[in-house]
Amino acid sequence: MYYLETMRQMNDIGIGSLVIVVLISIFIGAVTAIQFAYQLDGTLVPRYYIGYIVRDSTIIELAPTIICLVLAGKVGSNMAAEIGGMRQKEHIDAMEIMGVNTAAYLVRPKIVGALIVIPMLVAIGAFLSIIGGYLATVLTGVMSDAEYVQGVRSFFLSQNVTMMFVKAFVFSFILTSVSCYQGYYVRGGSIELGQASTNAVVFSDILILLADYLIAILLT
Amino acid sequence: MIRAEHITKTFEDNHVLKGITAEFHPGKTNLIIGRSGAGKTVLLKILVGLMTPSSGKVWYDDLDFFNLDKKQMRTVRMQVGMLFQGSALFDSMTVEQNIRFPLDMFSNMTAKEKLNRVNDCLERVGLGGKNKNFPSEISGGQQKRVGIARAIVLQPKYLFCDEPNSGLDPKTAILIDELIHDITVENNITTVINTHDMNSVMEIGDKIILLHQGEIAWCGSKDSVLSSDNETMENFVFASPFLQKVRETAMAR
Repeated sequence: MYYLETMRQMNDIGIGSLVIVVLISIFIGAVTAIQFAYQLDGTLVPRYYIGYIVRDSTIIELAPTIICLVLAGKVGSNMAAEIGGMRQKEHIDAMEIMGVNTAAYLVRPKIVGALIVIPMLVAIGAFLSIIGGYLATVLTGVMSDAEYVQGVRSFFLSQNVTMMFVKAFVFSFILTSVSCYQGYYVRGGSIELGQASTNAVVFSDILILLADYLIAILLT
Repeated sequence: MIRAEHITKTFEDNHVLKGITAEFHPGKTNLIIGRSGAGKTVLLKILVGLMTPSSGKVWYDDLDFFNLDKKQMRTVRMQVGMLFQGSALFDSMTVEQNIRFPLDMFSNMTAKEKLNRVNDCLERVGLGGKNKNFPSEISGGQQKRVGIARAIVLQPKYLFCDEPNSGLDPKTAILIDELIHDITVENNITTVINTHDMNSVMEIGDKIILLHQGEIAWCGSKDSVLSSDNETMENFVFASPFLQKVRETAMAR
């Protein structure tokens, strides 16, 4: 049962969020590339630096942080509402009376599923951001294909990828645990359920940004 | 048997239960009745372990329910079935999956054995063939029956029902009452029902406890309800103008 529930959560979080992650990532990369091209225009900095900057800014910061902030809104609010609804409709009471460990059955699969799938989404997002930067600059003639690829291949540090995955793991734990907590302990009616859903997003976002700052201090 | 001993429950300065002591026997439908706010739901939640009492004990046979270790608690819980007021069926699961859920969690049965057990329970509650329906596709009465089927699928020793008739038409309510009573007798289950439905009281009340302002105001069986001279009981039973008229007519004859 726990295995099946974890698989269901991985499907809901991963496949269910793929479209929005793809769209966001491509645009993040594209906008980052266009902005840096504008900033570097007329300077002595080589243009291939745009590829390098897009790669590192997306890997280190934009992909894990923005994707997890968006997932806090999409997945986190959904989790809070789902568990909160079960609490209000006595589903959780029913499970507890049967002897089911409701925290383990309802919360753990969500956290485990998110810890597996969200880093994958972040990795896909980082890759697509770099593609987005390529599309926005090479296809519009801002720079050549060779320059962009040279930038992407320059000054690569593998610890940046490690940092991306550390952030993805920490952020996915924050967004799922905060959201599940908000849903699990909801009281009252539909207004409280709405508040719990909102709190899940707000607290997750604040904690993600705080954790982002701490990880940046610790790993750079 | 379930025994409640000197149960009190206080929410801040609101004393909801004031020393309830009662016994609920196997093979009998034990009814807890009373007006809204009398403490019925709190008592039921304490008996089933969803709330802890401020003081007092609950015994399941010879086990002190609130002092069990995790393993014992799990064993007792597996012997408990509960029918909720709103049925509490899992919306995203079919009728079959809802009933099979406790088996999936706690039994070592094969898939075929589980299906057979689910079908037996569905047949018992008169819903054979409804396996693939979702809760939203069946009526309120049928949802209650699925709730009963889920509650009995692990063959519990103790069955709790919170307002099993609420929201049902009188005929369906009688069917649900009869079903609960028959299952109780057939399987020698200790059944505790929380209700304020007078039909249930008169039809299946083997033992009736009337709660009033957090205390037991009256205790007896369905046979002694109408002959009771307890003022609180009279006020509860003959609360409606219709029943008052019936009594006046009967007394006039």
